[in-house]
Amino acid sequence: MPNNTSNDVVVISEKIGGAIPDATFELLGKGKEIAASLGGELHCVVVGTADGSDALGACDHLHIVEGSLLFPYNPQGWEDALRGVLAEINPRLVLTSTGTVGLDLAGSLASYLGGVAASYVVDLAVEGSSVICTSQLYGGKLMAEADLGDTVACLSVIPGSFPVEAGRGSGSAAVAKHDHDSSNVSMAHVSLNEPERSGIDITAAELLVSVGRGIGGQSNIEMVQELADALGVPLSASRPIIDQGWLPKYHQVGKSGKKVKPKVYLALGISGAPEHLEGMRSAELIIACNTDAGAPIFEVAHYGTTVDLFDLVPEMIDLVGS
Amino acid sequence: MKIVVAMRQIADLVEELEIDSDGVDIDREFVKFVSNEWDEAALEEALCLKEAHGGEVTVVGLDEVDFDQSLYGALAKGADRAVKLTGDFDGWTSTASRAAILASWLGENQFDLVLTGVQAADDLDGQLAGILGARLGVAHAAVVVGVEPEGDKVKITQEIGGGTTITSLAAMPLVLGIQAARQAPRYVPISRIRASMAAGGIEEVAASGGDNIAQPKVRRLYAPESKGGATMITGKPGDVAAKIVELIRSKGLINS
Ligand SMILES: Cc1cc2nc3c(=O)[nH]c(=O)nc-3n(C[C@H](O)[C@H](O)[C@H](O)COP(=O)(O)OP(=O)(O)OC[C@H]3O[C@@H](n4cnc5c(N)ncnc54)[C@H](O)[C@@H]3O)c2cc1C
Ligand SMILES: Nc1ncnc2c1ncn2[C@@H]1O[C@H](COP(=O)(O)O)[C@@H](O)[C@H]1O
Repeated sequence: MPNNTSNDVVVISEKIGGAIPDATFELLGKGKEIAASLGGELHCVVVGTADGSDALGACDHLHIVEGSLLFPYNPQGWEDALRGVLAEINPRLVLTSTGTVGLDLAGSLASYLGGVAASYVVDLAVEGSSVICTSQLYGGKLMAEADLGDTVACLSVIPGSFPVEAGRGSGSAAVAKHDHDSSNVSMAHVSLNEPERSGIDITAAELLVSVGRGIGGQSNIEMVQELADALGVPLSASRPIIDQGWLPKYHQVGKSGKKVKPKVYLALGISGAPEHLEGMRSAELIIACNTDAGAPIFEVAHYGTTVDLFDLVPEMIDLVGS
Repeated sequence: MKIVVAMRQIADLVEELEIDSDGVDIDREFVKFVSNEWDEAALEEALCLKEAHGGEVTVVGLDEVDFDQSLYGALAKGADRAVKLTGDFDGWTSTASRAAILASWLGENQFDLVLTGVQAADDLDGQLAGILGARLGVAHAAVVVGVEPEGDKVKITQEIGGGTTITSLAAMPLVLGIQAARQAPRYVPISRIRASMAAGGIEEVAASGGDNIAQPKVRRLYAPESKGGATMITGKPGDVAAKIVELIRSKGLINS
């Protein structure tokens, strides 16, 4: 593959609505290192609003594309705006994080730029003229080390893969404002919807009994609820439990649920997919019950058991229930 | 409304995944394949849309191991057409090739909406919806949890993390990566699946467009080295329960 690109690295800031997420600073930190190895410069592109972009000084060039159609987020508008800016930069590497922006755009931008995409990235290095990435596949069960060659590559990086601090910096980035011609954008913003509030706040609990798909069926939720009640703590859950309609959304731990940091997190029948770990890996003590000894949850858990949860939970209820 | 659902099978993550002798793919001989759970959500959303607003649901995918199971399952659940794109798909297929092949078929078929799963656990080179959208040159969105037709447009809702969602109004055609349908995927009795298998009805079309597509070159696939990991508690369930209760108690979290 001919290398017609520059050696520059671009980080797409992922601020939608709220503050700039840590994930963006992680990408800036790693991006700086990779840009140096490639002998290129680091760019950061902010789409939607320039608010808060002073914090993005770790890059060499800060690009800002504002527009009413782009704020707070519009996948088609962002894609259109980014295609414009990226065509000007002609980058070697584009970094997004595995969130809505990355899932929406890493693949499509790679396709439009005529390069390759890589997802679930947890590590990145330069070897000779190639960029090598390591991705976490199969829900975290296997790692793939892939050579991205010397073409342009657009990556989505799993949040938490790189240190945040390295990307915080108040350098003196050159700021460029880009105009966006919105005539190609038919998608329009309707509303930003805040989560439903409830009396149960799993983020406040010091102990969480958390249940995953290993519970098998809705009728079995009662058993883990009994354990949670006996311990006097709320029940939390992985995403499939919510998507099945077995528990309301505010019980969900993870990327698209709540981030929790209890003193003890008891995971029952949860495999430990990266999106789940994102919400609970900083708990003080993690205890996991999973019949599959190879489940990724055992990598983050401090204690684990492969005893069947249907055997374990009744015994625990007996011990604490009285 | 013409809805196309792009589906596929994927290795069952609950099983042990062995690496083949080349060290760059899973050993597909011994793996159990299941329908990608997010594709099942896409199918469910398509069927719900059809039930509420009329239209036609076509399921399409590459002729990979056990894909007939996805197709017969979909027909049994109420899909109108099932299309299998035939070719040599023995090993891992990159999302870029997959998208190119699907785009080539979609180019010859009318559609208003293409729904597919938000991700598959082995889509190393990007998620299908975005790449397919780009290939077709149409708008797309991922992490979609709501699809509601409004006149000749569609209101789509995407999750943006922490329980917050964002709603946009989009013109069709549109490619969506579905995170969750409005309801859990319906159950279909095995008798109905058997009946759809007996009835046949899978259309076969030769795959095209998938050659010479740029993709990352996997040079090593491996189980992550254990970084110490958990201290395993073994013994009878009662002993394990006692140890866990003791651990919780040591944190001062059990009063009795
Ligand atoms: C954009 C996006 C956002 C996401 N956000 C989230 C999120 O916020 N939170 C989240 O959790 N997921 C999220 N996911 C989904 C995530 O990828 C996984 O699908 C999910 O975490 C899996 O849930 P699980 O571990 O309960 O189920 P599975 O992965 O199916 O695991 C079930 C486990 O139970 C074990 N088991 C089975 N029977 C028993 C038994 N009797 N006793 C003990 N163990 C048993 C099995 O060995 C298995 O490991 C998201 C996905 C995407 C794409
Ligand atoms: N009773 C059944 N027998 C065989 N396959 C089924 C049955 N119910 C659902 N399926 C299929 O199994 C897959 C997963 O279903 P589910 O776990 O119910 O979402 C889907 O492809 C379904 O079509």
